[in-house]
Amino acid sequence: MTPARPPHTVRIAAGQGFWGDWLEAPYRQVTGGPVDYLMMDYLAEVTMSILQKQKSRDPSLGYAKDFVPLMERILPIVAERGIKVTANAGGVNPRACAQAVSDVARGLKLGGKLRVGVVTGDDLLGRLDGLLARGHELRNLDTGRPLSDVRDRVLAANAYLGAWPVVDALRRGADVVITGRVTDTGLTLAPMIHAFGWPADAWDLLAAGTVAGHAIECGAQCSGGNCLVDWERIPDLANVGYPIVEGRSDGTFEIAKHPGTGGRITVAGVTEQLVYEMGDPAAYITPDCIADFTTIRLAQAGKDRVRVTGVRGRPATQQLKVSVAYFYGYKAVGTLVYAWPDAHKKARAADRVLRQRLEDLGLRFEAIHTEFLGVDATHGRLALEGLAVADLPEVQLRIGVRSPDRAAVERFTREIAPLILNGPPSVTGFAGGRPKPEEIVAYWPALLDKDMVEPCVEIVEV
Amino acid sequence: MRQRSSKRRVRLVELAHARSGDKGDTANVGLIALRPEYYPTLVKQVTAARVARHFKGMITGTVERFELPNLHALNFLLHGALDGGGTISLKTDAQGKVFSTALLRLVVELPR
Repeated sequence: MTPARPPHTVRIAAGQGFWGDWLEAPYRQVTGGPVDYLMMDYLAEVTMSILQKQKSRDPSLGYAKDFVPLMERILPIVAERGIKVTANAGGVNPRACAQAVSDVARGLKLGGKLRVGVVTGDDLLGRLDGLLARGHELRNLDTGRPLSDVRDRVLAANAYLGAWPVVDALRRGADVVITGRVTDTGLTLAPMIHAFGWPADAWDLLAAGTVAGHAIECGAQCSGGNCLVDWERIPDLANVGYPIVEGRSDGTFEIAKHPGTGGRITVAGVTEQLVYEMGDPAAYITPDCIADFTTIRLAQAGKDRVRVTGVRGRPATQQLKVSVAYFYGYKAVGTLVYAWPDAHKKARAADRVLRQRLEDLGLRFEAIHTEFLGVDATHGRLALEGLAVADLPEVQLRIGVRSPDRAAVERFTREIAPLILNGPPSVTGFAGGRPKPEEIVAYWPALLDKDMVEPCVEIVEV
Repeated sequence: MRQRSSKRRVRLVELAHARSGDKGDTANVGLIALRPEYYPTLVKQVTAARVARHFKGMITGTVERFELPNLHALNFLLHGALDGGGTISLKTDAQGKVFSTALLRLVVELPR
Protein backbone atom coordinates (compact mmCIF):
# COMPACT_ATOMS: atom_id res chain seq x y z
CA MET A 1 0.00 0.00 0.00
CA THR A 2 1.37 3.40 -0.89
CA PRO A 3 1.52 5.77 2.07
CA ALA A 4 -0.32 9.08 1.68
CA ARG A 5 2.80 11.10 2.46
CA PRO A 6 6.29 10.04 1.43
CA PRO A 7 8.30 8.87 4.43
CA HIS A 8 11.17 10.96 5.70
CA THR A 9 13.70 8.20 5.21
CA VAL A 10 13.79 4.72 3.79
CA ARG A 11 16.22 2.15 5.17
CA ILE A 12 17.58 -0.38 2.69
CA ALA A 13 19.75 -3.14 4.11
CA ALA A 14 22.23 -5.14 2.03
CA GLY A 15 21.85 -8.86 2.74
CA GLN A 16 23.96 -10.61 0.09
CA GLY A 17 26.74 -9.17 -2.05
CA PHE A 18 26.96 -12.20 -4.33
CA TRP A 19 25.66 -15.77 -4.53
CA GLY A 20 27.70 -17.50 -1.85
CA ASP A 21 27.88 -14.57 0.55
CA TRP A 22 27.49 -14.98 4.32
CA LEU A 23 24.25 -16.80 5.09
CA GLU A 24 23.93 -15.08 8.48
CA ALA A 25 23.89 -11.58 7.01
CA PRO A 26 20.25 -11.34 5.84
CA TYR A 27 18.96 -12.71 9.16
CA ARG A 28 21.07 -10.24 11.12
CA GLN A 29 19.97 -7.37 8.89
CA VAL A 30 16.26 -7.98 9.52
CA THR A 31 16.63 -8.65 13.25
CA GLY A 32 19.43 -6.27 14.33
CA GLY A 33 17.44 -3.03 14.11
CA PRO A 34 14.83 -1.26 12.02
CA VAL A 35 14.97 -1.63 8.23
CA ASP A 36 12.35 -1.14 5.53
CA TYR A 37 13.88 -3.19 2.71
CA LEU A 38 16.28 -6.08 2.42
CA MET A 39 18.27 -6.01 -0.84
CA MET A 40 20.09 -9.12 -2.02
CA ASP A 41 22.32 -9.32 -5.07
CA TYR A 42 22.97 -12.84 -6.38
CA LEU A 43 24.00 -12.55 -9.98
CA ALA A 44 27.51 -12.40 -11.32
CA GLU A 45 28.11 -12.94 -15.03
CA VAL A 46 29.29 -16.50 -14.43
CA THR A 47 26.11 -17.29 -12.50
CA MET A 48 23.70 -16.92 -15.41
CA SER A 49 25.29 -19.65 -17.53
CA ILE A 50 25.47 -22.06 -14.57
CA LEU A 51 21.78 -21.45 -13.95
CA GLN A 52 20.92 -21.79 -17.63
CA LYS A 53 22.67 -25.18 -17.63
CA GLN A 54 20.69 -26.28 -14.55
CA LYS A 55 17.44 -25.18 -16.18
CA SER A 56 18.19 -27.10 -19.37
CA ARG A 57 18.52 -30.28 -17.26
CA ASP A 58 15.45 -29.54 -15.12
CA PRO A 59 12.94 -26.87 -16.20
CA SER A 60 11.98 -26.24 -12.55
CA LEU A 61 15.54 -25.05 -11.74
CA GLY A 62 17.69 -22.15 -12.91
CA TYR A 63 17.53 -19.83 -9.90
CA ALA A 64 19.70 -19.31 -6.79
CA LYS A 65 18.54 -22.32 -4.79
CA ASP A 66 20.04 -21.07 -1.51
CA PHE A 67 17.60 -18.19 -1.61
CA VAL A 68 14.65 -20.45 -0.75
CA PRO A 69 15.86 -21.82 2.64
CA LEU A 70 17.17 -18.35 3.42
CA MET A 71 13.73 -16.88 2.78
CA GLU A 72 12.15 -19.67 4.82
CA ARG A 73 14.28 -18.51 7.75
CA ILE A 74 13.52 -14.80 7.46
CA LEU A 75 9.99 -14.72 5.99
CA PRO A 76 8.19 -14.86 9.38
CA ILE A 77 10.26 -11.87 10.53
CA VAL A 78 9.94 -9.77 7.39
CA ALA A 79 6.20 -10.50 7.18
CA GLU A 80 5.70 -9.47 10.80
CA ARG A 81 7.75 -6.30 10.51
CA GLY A 82 6.58 -5.32 7.03
CA ILE A 83 10.07 -5.47 5.56
CA LYS A 84 10.10 -5.82 1.80
CA VAL A 85 12.68 -7.82 -0.10
CA THR A 86 14.29 -7.11 -3.48
CA ALA A 87 16.51 -9.86 -4.89
CA ASN A 88 17.75 -10.94 -8.31
CA ALA A 89 17.85 -14.53 -7.08
CA GLY A 90 15.49 -15.55 -9.90
CA GLY A 91 18.40 -16.09 -12.26
CA VAL A 92 17.09 -17.54 -15.53
CA ASN A 93 13.88 -18.83 -13.94
CA PRO A 94 12.32 -16.16 -11.69
CA ARG A 95 8.84 -17.73 -11.91
CA ALA A 96 10.09 -21.06 -10.54
CA CYS A 97 11.96 -19.21 -7.80
CA ALA A 98 8.80 -17.30 -6.88
CA GLN A 99 6.87 -20.57 -6.85
CA ALA A 100 9.40 -22.15 -4.48
CA VAL A 101 9.30 -19.11 -2.17
CA SER A 102 5.49 -19.14 -2.25
CA ASP A 103 5.52 -22.81 -1.29
CA VAL A 104 7.69 -22.23 1.78
CA ALA A 105 5.58 -19.16 2.68
CA ARG A 106 2.44 -21.30 2.68
CA GLY A 107 4.28 -23.85 4.84
CA LEU A 108 4.91 -21.01 7.28
CA LYS A 109 1.17 -20.23 7.35
CA LEU A 110 1.70 -16.98 5.47
CA GLY A 111 -0.96 -17.88 2.90
CA GLY A 112 -3.05 -14.80 2.09
CA LYS A 113 -0.53 -12.55 3.81
CA LEU A 114 2.19 -12.21 1.21
CA ARG A 115 2.56 -11.04 -2.37
CA VAL A 116 5.51 -12.07 -4.48
CA GLY A 117 6.46 -9.92 -7.45
CA VAL A 118 8.21 -11.57 -10.38
CA VAL A 119 10.27 -9.58 -12.88
CA THR A 120 11.11 -11.25 -16.20
CA GLY A 121 11.78 -10.14 -19.74
CA ASP A 122 15.57 -10.01 -19.42
CA ASP A 123 16.10 -13.47 -20.92
CA LEU A 124 16.94 -13.13 -24.61
CA LEU A 125 18.14 -16.66 -25.31
CA GLY A 126 15.01 -17.72 -27.19
CA ARG A 127 14.91 -14.43 -29.11
CA LEU A 128 18.53 -14.25 -30.26
CA ASP A 129 18.04 -15.45 -33.83
CA GLY A 130 15.10 -13.10 -34.30
CA LEU A 131 17.15 -10.18 -33.03
CA LEU A 132 20.11 -11.08 -35.25
CA ALA A 133 17.79 -11.50 -38.24
CA ARG A 134 16.37 -8.05 -37.66
CA GLY A 135 19.86 -6.55 -37.81
CA HIS A 136 20.74 -6.33 -34.11
CA GLU A 137 24.29 -7.58 -34.37
CA LEU A 138 25.07 -7.54 -30.63
CA ARG A 139 28.67 -6.60 -31.36
CA ASN A 140 31.17 -7.32 -28.60
CA LEU A 141 31.81 -4.07 -26.73
CA ASP A 142 35.49 -4.95 -26.31
CA THR A 143 36.38 -6.52 -29.66
CA GLY A 144 33.75 -5.10 -32.02
CA ARG A 145 33.00 -8.57 -33.44
CA PRO A 146 29.36 -9.50 -34.29
CA LEU A 147 27.66 -12.14 -32.14
CA SER A 148 27.23 -14.36 -35.20
CA ASP A 149 30.91 -15.35 -34.63
CA VAL A 150 29.91 -17.42 -31.60
CA ARG A 151 26.14 -17.83 -32.11
CA ASP A 152 26.29 -21.64 -32.21
CA ARG A 153 28.05 -21.73 -28.82
CA VAL A 154 25.75 -19.35 -26.90
CA LEU A 155 24.55 -20.70 -23.53
CA ALA A 156 22.73 -17.68 -22.05
CA ALA A 157 21.83 -14.16 -23.10
CA ASN A 158 20.34 -11.60 -20.74
CA ALA A 159 19.64 -7.91 -20.91
CA TYR A 160 20.30 -5.92 -17.76
CA LEU A 161 17.00 -4.49 -16.59
CA GLY A 162 16.98 -1.46 -14.31
CA ALA A 163 14.96 -0.33 -11.31
CA TRP A 164 11.62 0.42 -13.00
CA PRO A 165 10.12 -3.07 -13.27
CA VAL A 166 11.01 -3.58 -9.60
CA VAL A 167 9.26 -0.28 -8.80
CA ASP A 168 6.24 -1.54 -10.73
CA ALA A 169 6.14 -4.71 -8.62
CA LEU A 170 6.42 -2.69 -5.39
CA ARG A 171 3.61 -0.34 -6.52
CA ARG A 172 1.42 -3.36 -7.13
CA GLY A 173 1.91 -4.41 -3.54
CA ALA A 174 4.71 -6.98 -3.78
CA ASP A 175 6.35 -7.79 -0.45
CA VAL A 176 9.07 -9.87 -2.05
CA VAL A 177 10.35 -8.98 -5.53
CA ILE A 178 12.22 -11.74 -7.32
CA THR A 179 13.94 -10.83 -10.55
CA GLY A 180 16.13 -12.20 -13.27
CA ARG A 181 19.02 -10.07 -14.54
CA VAL A 182 18.21 -6.76 -12.87
CA THR A 183 21.24 -4.55 -12.20
CA ASP A 184 22.73 -4.69 -8.72
CA THR A 185 22.11 -0.96 -8.29
CA GLY A 186 18.49 -1.19 -9.46
CA LEU A 187 17.61 -3.37 -6.47
CA THR A 188 18.47 -0.48 -4.13
CA LEU A 189 17.30 2.36 -6.35
CA ALA A 190 13.82 0.84 -6.82
CA PRO A 191 12.78 1.08 -3.15
CA MET A 192 13.88 4.72 -3.11
CA ILE A 193 11.89 5.56 -6.26
CA HIS A 194 8.91 3.74 -4.81
CA ALA A 195 9.12 5.33 -1.35
CA PHE A 196 9.65 8.89 -2.55
CA GLY A 197 7.74 8.86 -5.84
CA TRP A 198 10.74 10.03 -7.83
CA PRO A 199 9.91 10.74 -11.50
CA ALA A 200 11.63 8.89 -14.34
CA ASP A 201 13.51 12.02 -15.46
CA ALA A 202 14.77 13.10 -12.00
CA TRP A 203 18.29 12.28 -13.13
CA ASP A 204 20.10 13.63 -10.06
CA LEU A 205 17.86 11.65 -7.73
CA LEU A 206 18.13 8.48 -9.79
CA ALA A 207 21.91 8.93 -9.87
CA ALA A 208 21.96 9.34 -6.09
CA GLY A 209 20.00 6.11 -5.65
CA THR A 210 22.36 4.42 -8.08
CA VAL A 211 25.38 5.53 -6.04
CA ALA A 212 23.62 4.21 -2.93
CA GLY A 213 23.13 0.90 -4.73
CA HIS A 214 26.76 0.72 -5.82
CA ALA A 215 27.88 1.48 -2.27
CA ILE A 216 26.04 -1.50 -0.74
CA GLU A 217 25.78 -3.97 -3.63
CA CYS A 218 28.89 -5.84 -2.45
CA GLY A 219 27.63 -6.18 1.09
CA ALA A 220 30.28 -5.89 3.77
CA GLN A 221 32.86 -4.64 1.28
CA CYS A 222 31.41 -1.23 2.26
CA SER A 223 31.52 -1.78 6.01
CA GLY A 224 35.01 -3.08 6.75
CA GLY A 225 35.30 -6.28 4.73
CA ASN A 226 38.16 -6.51 2.23
CA CYS A 227 39.03 -2.98 3.32
CA LEU A 228 42.70 -2.05 3.02
CA VAL A 229 42.77 1.25 4.84
CA ASP A 230 43.77 0.67 8.49
CA TRP A 231 42.67 -2.95 8.09
CA GLU A 232 44.33 -4.29 11.23
CA ARG A 233 42.29 -2.02 13.48
CA ILE A 234 38.89 -2.68 11.91
CA PRO A 235 37.00 -4.19 14.86
CA ASP A 236 35.24 -7.52 15.15
CA LEU A 237 35.04 -8.69 11.55
CA ALA A 238 33.68 -11.99 12.89
CA ASN A 239 30.54 -10.06 13.71
CA VAL A 240 30.67 -7.66 10.76
CA GLY A 241 27.59 -5.51 10.22
CA TYR A 242 26.42 -5.29 6.61
CA PRO A 243 25.68 -1.79 5.32
CA ILE A 244 22.32 -0.03 5.41
CA VAL A 245 21.38 2.94 3.23
CA GLU A 246 19.17 5.51 4.91
CA GLY A 247 17.81 7.42 1.95
CA ARG A 248 15.96 10.73 1.93
CA SER A 249 13.55 12.09 -0.63
CA ASP A 250 16.02 14.80 -1.70
CA GLY A 251 18.52 12.17 -2.84
CA THR A 252 20.93 12.54 0.05
CA PHE A 253 21.58 9.44 2.06
CA GLU A 254 23.64 7.99 4.85
CA ILE A 255 25.40 4.65 4.99
CA ALA A 256 25.29 3.01 8.42
CA LYS A 257 25.04 -0.41 10.05
CA HIS A 258 23.21 -1.90 12.99
CA PRO A 259 24.50 -0.99 16.46
CA GLY A 260 26.61 -3.59 18.22
CA THR A 261 27.95 -5.10 15.01
CA GLY A 262 31.58 -5.32 13.90
CA GLY A 263 33.31 -3.75 10.96
CA ARG A 264 33.59 -0.05 10.29
CA ILE A 265 31.96 2.60 8.11
CA THR A 266 34.23 5.51 7.30
CA VAL A 267 34.73 7.94 4.44
CA ALA A 268 37.93 6.10 3.47
CA GLY A 269 36.27 2.68 3.51
CA VAL A 270 33.23 3.84 1.56
CA THR A 271 35.54 5.50 -0.97
CA GLU A 272 37.25 2.13 -1.53
CA GLN A 273 33.90 0.59 -2.38
CA LEU A 274 32.85 3.50 -4.62
CA VAL A 275 35.91 3.02 -6.85
CA TYR A 276 35.46 -0.76 -6.98
CA GLU A 277 34.82 -2.04 -10.53
CA MET A 278 34.76 1.56 -11.72
CA GLY A 279 35.20 2.58 -15.35
CA ASP A 280 34.85 6.25 -16.29
CA PRO A 281 33.70 7.74 -12.98
CA ALA A 282 31.93 10.64 -14.72
CA ALA A 283 29.75 8.21 -16.66
CA TYR A 284 28.55 5.26 -14.59
CA ILE A 285 25.92 3.99 -17.02
CA THR A 286 22.90 2.03 -15.84
CA PRO A 287 19.53 1.40 -17.50
CA ASP A 288 18.08 4.11 -15.23
CA CYS A 289 20.50 7.03 -15.61
CA ILE A 290 24.13 8.03 -15.97
CA ALA A 291 25.61 8.74 -12.55
CA ASP A 292 28.57 11.10 -12.20
CA PHE A 293 30.79 9.77 -9.42
CA THR A 294 32.96 12.89 -9.58
CA THR A 295 30.12 14.83 -7.95
CA ILE A 296 29.81 12.65 -4.84
CA ARG A 297 30.48 14.37 -1.50
CA LEU A 298 31.25 12.19 1.50
CA ALA A 299 31.33 13.25 5.14
CA GLN A 300 31.66 11.34 8.40
CA ALA A 301 28.32 11.93 10.12
CA GLY A 302 29.03 9.97 13.28
CA LYS A 303 30.60 6.71 14.30
CA ASP A 304 30.05 4.14 11.53
CA ARG A 305 27.94 6.59 9.57
CA VAL A 306 28.86 8.32 6.30
CA ARG A 307 26.73 11.00 4.70
CA VAL A 308 26.53 11.17 0.89
CA THR A 309 25.40 14.33 -0.89
CA GLY A 310 25.84 16.24 -4.14
CA VAL A 311 25.30 13.41 -6.60
CA ARG A 312 24.50 14.57 -10.12
CA GLY A 313 23.14 12.49 -12.96
CA ARG A 314 22.36 12.67 -16.66
CA PRO A 315 19.67 11.10 -18.84
CA ALA A 316 19.77 7.36 -19.38
CA THR A 317 20.98 6.04 -22.73
CA GLN A 318 18.64 4.42 -25.25
CA GLN A 319 20.34 1.04 -24.95
CA LEU A 320 20.62 -1.78 -22.48
CA LYS A 321 23.70 -3.82 -21.78
CA VAL A 322 23.39 -7.45 -22.75
CA SER A 323 25.54 -10.21 -21.34
CA VAL A 324 25.89 -13.26 -23.55
CA ALA A 325 27.55 -16.39 -22.19
CA TYR A 326 29.11 -18.77 -24.69
CA PHE A 327 31.17 -21.94 -24.62
CA TYR A 328 34.85 -21.07 -25.12
CA GLY A 329 36.89 -24.23 -24.48
CA TYR A 330 38.59 -26.09 -21.64
CA LYS A 331 41.12 -25.35 -18.96
CA ALA A 332 42.87 -27.09 -16.09
CA VAL A 333 45.24 -25.94 -13.37
CA GLY A 334 47.66 -28.17 -11.46
CA THR A 335 49.82 -27.41 -8.45
CA LEU A 336 52.82 -28.90 -6.63
CA VAL A 337 54.73 -27.58 -3.62
CA TYR A 338 58.55 -27.47 -3.44
CA ALA A 339 60.45 -27.04 -0.15
CA TRP A 340 63.70 -25.37 0.96
CA PRO A 341 66.51 -25.36 0.00
CA ASP A 342 66.21 -23.76 -3.44
CA ALA A 343 62.41 -24.09 -3.42
CA HIS A 344 61.94 -21.55 -6.19
CA LYS A 345 64.70 -23.09 -8.35
CA LYS A 346 63.16 -26.54 -8.00
CA ALA A 347 59.70 -25.25 -8.90
CA ARG A 348 61.11 -23.49 -11.97
CA ALA A 349 62.95 -26.64 -12.99
CA ALA A 350 59.74 -28.64 -12.66
CA ASP A 351 57.95 -26.09 -14.85
CA ARG A 352 60.62 -26.49 -17.54
CA VAL A 353 60.40 -30.29 -17.41
CA LEU A 354 56.62 -30.21 -17.66
CA ARG A 355 56.57 -27.78 -20.57
CA GLN A 356 59.13 -29.90 -22.43
CA ARG A 357 56.98 -32.99 -21.95
CA LEU A 358 53.84 -31.20 -23.18
CA GLU A 359 55.75 -30.11 -26.25
CA ASP A 360 57.19 -33.56 -26.86
CA LEU A 361 53.67 -34.99 -26.71
CA GLY A 362 52.69 -32.56 -29.45
CA LEU A 363 49.90 -31.07 -27.34
CA ARG A 364 48.68 -27.69 -28.53
CA PHE A 365 47.32 -25.11 -26.13
CA GLU A 366 45.96 -21.63 -26.59
CA ALA A 367 47.83 -20.69 -23.41
CA ILE A 368 50.13 -22.22 -20.80
CA HIS A 369 50.44 -20.08 -17.70
CA THR A 370 52.91 -20.64 -14.85
CA GLU A 371 52.91 -18.92 -11.47
CA PHE A 372 55.02 -19.49 -8.38
CA LEU A 373 52.84 -18.90 -5.34
CA GLY A 374 54.88 -17.36 -2.59
CA VAL A 375 56.99 -15.55 -5.18
CA ASP A 376 55.23 -13.88 -8.08
CA ALA A 377 51.64 -15.13 -8.42
CA THR A 378 49.90 -11.94 -7.40
CA HIS A 379 52.39 -9.15 -8.08
CA GLY A 380 54.46 -10.63 -10.90
CA ARG A 381 58.00 -9.33 -11.30
CA LEU A 382 57.19 -6.37 -9.00
CA ALA A 383 57.33 -8.79 -6.06
CA LEU A 384 60.87 -9.95 -6.80
CA GLU A 385 62.50 -6.63 -5.93
CA GLY A 386 64.29 -7.11 -2.60
CA LEU A 387 62.82 -10.58 -2.08
CA ALA A 388 65.27 -13.16 -0.66
CA VAL A 389 64.06 -15.85 -3.06
CA ALA A 390 66.79 -18.34 -2.11
CA ASP A 391 65.61 -18.47 1.51
CA LEU A 392 61.92 -19.10 0.84
CA PRO A 393 60.71 -22.05 2.91
CA GLU A 394 58.41 -23.29 0.16
CA VAL A 395 57.06 -22.33 -3.24
CA GLN A 396 53.95 -23.63 -4.94
CA LEU A 397 54.22 -24.29 -8.65
CA ARG A 398 50.88 -23.54 -10.27
CA ILE A 399 50.55 -24.27 -13.96
CA GLY A 400 47.44 -23.93 -16.07
CA VAL A 401 46.54 -24.67 -19.68
CA ARG A 402 43.68 -23.63 -21.93
CA SER A 403 42.58 -25.18 -25.21
CA PRO A 404 39.54 -25.76 -27.41
CA ASP A 405 40.67 -29.41 -27.43
CA ARG A 406 39.43 -31.28 -24.37
CA ALA A 407 41.78 -34.21 -25.02
CA ALA A 408 44.85 -31.96 -24.81
CA VAL A 409 43.71 -30.51 -21.51
CA GLU A 410 42.85 -33.98 -20.23
CA ARG A 411 46.34 -35.26 -21.12
CA PHE A 412 47.91 -32.25 -19.35
CA THR A 413 46.15 -33.21 -16.11
CA ARG A 414 47.98 -36.57 -16.21
CA GLU A 415 51.39 -34.95 -16.53
CA ILE A 416 51.44 -33.33 -13.07
CA ALA A 417 51.60 -36.33 -10.73
CA PRO A 418 54.52 -38.06 -12.48
CA LEU A 419 56.72 -35.12 -11.52
CA ILE A 420 56.44 -36.20 -7.89
CA LEU A 421 58.76 -39.17 -8.57
CA ASN A 422 60.43 -38.25 -11.86
CA GLY A 423 61.08 -34.52 -11.47
CA PRO A 424 63.02 -32.19 -9.15
CA PRO A 425 63.18 -33.14 -5.43
CA SER A 426 61.55 -31.96 -2.17
CA VAL A 427 58.08 -31.98 -3.67
CA THR A 428 54.82 -32.38 -1.79
CA GLY A 429 51.30 -30.98 -1.60
CA PHE A 430 49.61 -33.14 -4.21
CA ALA A 431 46.96 -34.66 -1.95
CA GLY A 432 44.15 -33.11 -3.97
CA GLY A 433 44.80 -35.55 -6.80
CA ARG A 434 44.67 -35.02 -10.53
CA PRO A 435 43.13 -31.71 -11.63
CA LYS A 436 39.91 -31.88 -13.63
CA PRO A 437 39.41 -30.27 -17.04
CA GLU A 438 36.89 -27.49 -16.69
CA GLU A 439 34.56 -26.04 -19.31
CA ILE A 440 35.15 -22.36 -19.92
CA VAL A 441 32.10 -20.16 -20.33
CA ALA A 442 33.12 -16.78 -21.66
CA TYR A 443 31.26 -13.47 -21.74
CA TRP A 444 30.25 -11.35 -24.60
CA PRO A 445 29.15 -7.87 -23.52
CA ALA A 446 26.96 -6.03 -26.02
CA LEU A 447 24.32 -3.33 -26.31
CA LEU A 448 20.72 -3.61 -27.47
CA ASP A 449 18.12 -0.93 -28.18
CA LYS A 450 15.87 -0.49 -25.15
CA ASP A 451 12.66 -0.84 -27.11
CA MET A 452 13.66 -4.41 -28.06
CA VAL A 453 13.30 -5.47 -24.42
CA GLU A 454 9.93 -5.66 -22.70
CA PRO A 455 10.19 -6.17 -18.93
CA CYS A 456 7.30 -8.18 -17.51
CA VAL A 457 5.96 -7.93 -13.96
CA GLU A 458 3.63 -10.46 -12.39
CA ILE A 459 2.22 -10.62 -8.87
CA VAL A 460 1.75 -13.97 -7.18
CA GLU A 461 -0.64 -14.07 -4.23
CA VAL A 462 0.66 -16.57 -1.71
CA MET B 1 80.44 12.06 0.13
CA ARG B 2 77.08 11.50 -1.54
CA GLN B 3 75.00 14.60 -1.71
CA ARG B 4 71.82 14.46 0.32
CA SER B 5 68.87 14.66 -2.04
CA SER B 6 66.18 17.24 -1.41
CA LYS B 7 63.65 14.54 -2.23
CA ARG B 8 62.49 11.55 -0.27
CA ARG B 9 61.47 8.41 -2.14
CA VAL B 10 58.47 6.58 -0.73
CA ARG B 11 56.26 3.78 -1.89
CA LEU B 12 52.65 4.67 -2.68
CA VAL B 13 51.56 2.41 0.17
CA GLU B 14 52.62 5.21 2.54
CA LEU B 15 50.45 7.78 0.77
CA ALA B 16 47.45 5.91 -0.53
CA HIS B 17 45.14 2.95 -0.26
CA ALA B 18 43.47 1.16 -3.13
CA ARG B 19 40.87 -1.34 -4.27
CA SER B 20 40.68 -3.13 -7.59
CA GLY B 21 38.22 -5.19 -9.58
CA ASP B 22 37.50 -6.41 -13.09
CA LYS B 23 35.42 -5.75 -16.18
CA GLY B 24 36.16 -8.38 -18.79
CA ASP B 25 39.88 -8.42 -19.50
CA THR B 26 40.37 -5.01 -17.85
CA ALA B 27 41.37 -4.52 -14.23
CA ASN B 28 40.52 -1.25 -12.52
CA VAL B 29 42.53 0.17 -9.67
CA GLY B 30 41.05 2.94 -7.55
CA LEU B 31 43.90 4.74 -5.82
CA ILE B 32 42.86 6.89 -2.85
CA ALA B 33 45.03 9.42 -1.00
CA LEU B 34 45.35 8.60 2.71
CA ARG B 35 45.26 12.37 3.36
CA PRO B 36 43.80 15.05 1.08
CA GLU B 37 47.19 16.82 0.97
CA TYR B 38 48.72 13.76 -0.72
CA TYR B 39 46.29 13.92 -3.63
CA PRO B 40 48.22 16.49 -5.73
CA THR B 41 51.31 14.26 -5.53
CA LEU B 42 49.29 11.35 -6.85
CA VAL B 43 47.88 13.47 -9.69
CA LYS B 44 51.32 14.75 -10.64
CA GLN B 45 53.42 11.63 -10.35
CA VAL B 46 51.12 8.64 -10.78
CA THR B 47 50.39 9.28 -14.43
CA ALA B 48 48.91 6.78 -16.86
CA ALA B 49 52.32 6.51 -18.54
CA ARG B 50 54.07 5.87 -15.22
CA VAL B 51 51.56 3.18 -14.29
CA ALA B 52 51.92 1.58 -17.73
CA ARG B 53 55.72 1.38 -17.12
CA HIS B 54 55.13 -0.02 -13.63
CA PHE B 55 53.01 -2.86 -15.05
CA LYS B 56 55.07 -3.36 -18.22
CA GLY B 57 55.11 -7.04 -19.18
CA MET B 58 52.19 -7.72 -16.83
CA ILE B 59 49.46 -6.21 -18.99
CA THR B 60 49.02 -6.35 -22.75
CA GLY B 61 46.94 -3.22 -23.31
CA THR B 62 46.98 0.46 -22.51
CA VAL B 63 46.42 2.30 -19.22
CA GLU B 64 43.71 4.93 -18.82
CA ARG B 65 43.47 7.32 -15.89
CA PHE B 66 40.46 9.21 -14.50
CA GLU B 67 40.49 11.81 -11.72
CA LEU B 68 38.04 11.99 -8.82
CA PRO B 69 39.21 15.09 -6.95
CA ASN B 70 36.05 14.97 -4.83
CA LEU B 71 37.19 11.64 -3.36
CA HIS B 72 40.94 12.40 -3.56
CA ALA B 73 41.15 9.39 -5.80
CA LEU B 74 42.40 8.31 -9.20
CA ASN B 75 40.91 5.45 -11.18
CA PHE B 76 43.11 3.44 -13.50
CA LEU B 77 41.93 1.03 -16.16
CA LEU B 78 44.56 -1.59 -16.98
CA HIS B 79 43.50 -3.11 -20.28
CA GLY B 80 44.55 -6.66 -21.10
CA ALA B 81 45.50 -7.33 -17.49
CA LEU B 82 43.65 -10.57 -16.82
CA ASP B 83 44.69 -13.19 -19.42
CA GLY B 84 41.31 -12.89 -21.12
CA GLY B 85 39.38 -12.10 -17.98
CA GLY B 86 37.16 -13.78 -15.39
CA THR B 87 36.40 -17.30 -16.53
CA ILE B 88 38.96 -17.59 -19.36
CA SER B 89 41.94 -16.52 -17.26
CA LEU B 90 44.46 -19.00 -15.89
CA LYS B 91 45.78 -16.50 -13.37
CA THR B 92 45.38 -16.79 -9.59
CA ASP B 93 44.19 -13.21 -9.64
CA ALA B 94 41.75 -13.75 -12.51
CA GLN B 95 39.53 -10.92 -11.30
CA GLY B 96 42.30 -8.41 -10.73
CA LYS B 97 41.60 -8.15 -7.01
CA VAL B 98 45.20 -7.46 -5.99
CA PHE B 99 46.41 -5.19 -8.76
CA SER B 100 45.49 -2.62 -6.11
CA THR B 101 48.37 -3.45 -3.81
CA ALA B 102 50.70 -4.11 -6.75
CA LEU B 103 50.24 -0.47 -7.69
CA LEU B 104 51.03 0.57 -4.11
CA ARG B 105 54.59 -0.72 -4.69
CA LEU B 106 55.23 2.19 -7.05
CA VAL B 107 57.77 4.73 -5.73
CA VAL B 108 57.10 8.47 -5.78
CA GLU B 109 59.18 11.41 -4.61
CA LEU B 110 58.23 13.78 -1.83
CA PRO B 111 59.99 16.94 -0.70
CA ARG B 112 61.96 16.37 2.52
